[in-house]
Amino acid sequence: MAAPEFDVPKFREFPSVPAIVPGAMAHSKPYVANEKVQEGIGLPTKLDDDWQVTHDKVIGKFGELLGKYRSLKVFMDACVHCGACTDKCHYFIGTGDPKNMPVARQELMRSVYRRYFTVPGKLFPKLVGARDLTKEVLDEWFSYFWQCSECRRCSVFCPYGIDTAEVTMAARHILDSVGYGQKYSNEILGKVHKIGNNLGLPGPALENTLEGLEEDVKDDTGFDVKYPLDVQGAEVLLVTPSADFFAEPHIESLIGYGKVFHAAGISWTLSSYASEAGNFGLFNGDYAMMRKVAMRIREQALELGVKRIVVGECGHAWRVAYAFWNTLTGLGAGANDPFAVELQKQLDPRYKQPAHICEFTWDLIQQGRLKFDKEANDSRIITFHDSCNVARGSRMGDYAGGQFEIPRHIIKAVANKFVDMAPETIREATFCCGGGGGVLTDDLLELRVKGAFPRMEALQHVVEHDGVNFMATICAICKAQFSKVLPYYGFNMRLVGGVHQLVSTAIRLGDEQ
Amino acid sequence: MTLFFAVLFYLAFAVLVAGVGYKIYDFARTPAPLSIPTTPAPTTTSGMAFRMAREVVLFESLFKGNLWIWLFGWLFHMGLFLVLVRHLRYFINDIPAWLLFIQPFGKYAGFMMVAGLGGLWARRFLVERIRYISTPSDHLWLAMLLVIGITGLSMTFLMHTDIVAVKAFFLGLMVFDIQLLPAHPGLFIHLLLVALLMILFPFSKLLHAPGIFFSPTRNQVDNPRETRRLAPWAAQIEKN
Repeated sequence: MAAPEFDVPKFREFPSVPAIVPGAMAHSKPYVANEKVQEGIGLPTKLDDDWQVTHDKVIGKFGELLGKYRSLKVFMDACVHCGACTDKCHYFIGTGDPKNMPVARQELMRSVYRRYFTVPGKLFPKLVGARDLTKEVLDEWFSYFWQCSECRRCSVFCPYGIDTAEVTMAARHILDSVGYGQKYSNEILGKVHKIGNNLGLPGPALENTLEGLEEDVKDDTGFDVKYPLDVQGAEVLLVTPSADFFAEPHIESLIGYGKVFHAAGISWTLSSYASEAGNFGLFNGDYAMMRKVAMRIREQALELGVKRIVVGECGHAWRVAYAFWNTLTGLGAGANDPFAVELQKQLDPRYKQPAHICEFTWDLIQQGRLKFDKEANDSRIITFHDSCNVARGSRMGDYAGGQFEIPRHIIKAVANKFVDMAPETIREATFCCGGGGGVLTDDLLELRVKGAFPRMEALQHVVEHDGVNFMATICAICKAQFSKVLPYYGFNMRLVGGVHQLVSTAIRLGDEQ
Repeated sequence: MTLFFAVLFYLAFAVLVAGVGYKIYDFARTPAPLSIPTTPAPTTTSGMAFRMAREVVLFESLFKGNLWIWLFGWLFHMGLFLVLVRHLRYFINDIPAWLLFIQPFGKYAGFMMVAGLGGLWARRFLVERIRYISTPSDHLWLAMLLVIGITGLSMTFLMHTDIVAVKAFFLGLMVFDIQLLPAHPGLFIHLLLVALLMILFPFSKLLHAPGIFFSPTRNQVDNPRETRRLAPWAAQIEKN
């Protein structure tokens, strides 16, 4: 595939809001899922030849979702076009396309909502900015709702908490339901259903990889750190993004998880059937799909009889696990229905279920059960990129904001040199890496590079002023995205890595030998 | 004219109450199937109520988002709030002491309201991004609220009307005893637009007022690991 030509945004001395450039990204659209991909996950294979049929299906599905999701219904009605969100989206900052302003992205859908579901829109469409649903409108949805990474940054600043992610999810769900799916995401969902993970890594290959990993770690450290697979009766089931099994730098964190379990002496296992923490059902806004993907983990937890479930470094996976698993699969606590109780009575109530690997590691650190040689990380000057789904869609620990503190506590416990990026670019105001929400595909490379711009600018600042040479993050998509786009901004792709990569470097695996 | 306004206000009141009532019912009956508070979010119900109160009274998120919009928006809404409270005197026979007390504040709050509206409207012309997202109805709303504010202020400070008669008119309306409304062009415009606003309220972006209380990203408690939520339609999927 020939790479599309585009200009990489230039770092600015004084970052300001870009002027709008209408249509700047109108050409951006991902590959459409072909019939085989759509069929693989049980969706209509293509748009109906008769536009009227598609039109009616879209409006029908829209109405159905309005009745199912209070978020969508309230968000369609509540926006006053105040403009507070207009400069908050990384894709707008990176591209200047006004349709990448969150409110304008929502308007793509809200204009149709007004036309078909409100009185003024039916009577005076021009006056209230309502429009008929046409094929062009649907194409525009496909283009611009695949220029949103569902990172929720806009929802932080909206006076009504309108979350564009919810609107994007609804739009994608509608597009899917009329056979207008996105190839990348739907292909991945197909692989999960068929094989068990996003990368389509079958059980035997996984086993092989893990054995190789054990040998590598043994060579490296002299210790027999295990990376167990499908172990019945293990204490902990670790569910991690499948990229951790072979992608760089992801695998460095997987090595780190294993070392933590080893050092703490806690039995654990991975699962070949539930070998994926990621859940692209979230990106498509399809509840049933998301549930189906999540059910694999419930089934394995029951089958292996584990007491605890821990999730590896993956942003949206952690959002789904933390916020949705209890609802989707009963994996949590506090339920009184038989479906959920079946699993919840098996899980150890002394621990949060599920737990993030950072919560797990930090607990052990606080208990004094892990020891580190912090100097081992002295070659690194570290900053931390808050991943959007962790920052704004989940939590760690038992207090609001633990998702910001705990990873930083861990970094400071295992390394000496840490510096934060500018306050308006971290924590709840963090910028998405530019590759989240189902756009981590080469057919959207321009979008990804431009969307990374605000983060790259903040990074540039600490690189220049503090000599930062390692950006830690806890998301497989962030890691893959940054590895790809860092070179476009003149950085080394190895600048990005995982928090447990740092843990891995500094952890003591046993007594000095 | 008296009869016209009497009928108009009965109609406007009915549409407002029924329309907003229906919308609130509609928001309330629509399930929120997943836990989606924008985090960091409070982990207790009282914490959530406090967050919501900060949003409604102080516009906390808007403050974080854009200081100018916050300033103008807050001036307008707080001004409007005081003005509305002051207007209670037209519907209550024996004015309680607290209402007497806020009388002067309410009088001058009209300037706050108009200033805020002016600022918000200026932004729709001056800021390119906001100009881009503004629809004709956005401008009309601001125009309408401004005229309501200006006619109100002018009756308070410039061309007085017989407010005793106005009060008698509204007190009469409430007991279906229609009293003569003083003929005053400022008053007619003021009341006409207020009635129009009441009628349009349930069909417009003014629904942000009840809407915010139903916004899942703001009204949900962050406790998904401790509490299982299951929407009725989602429970149905579980059975299959």
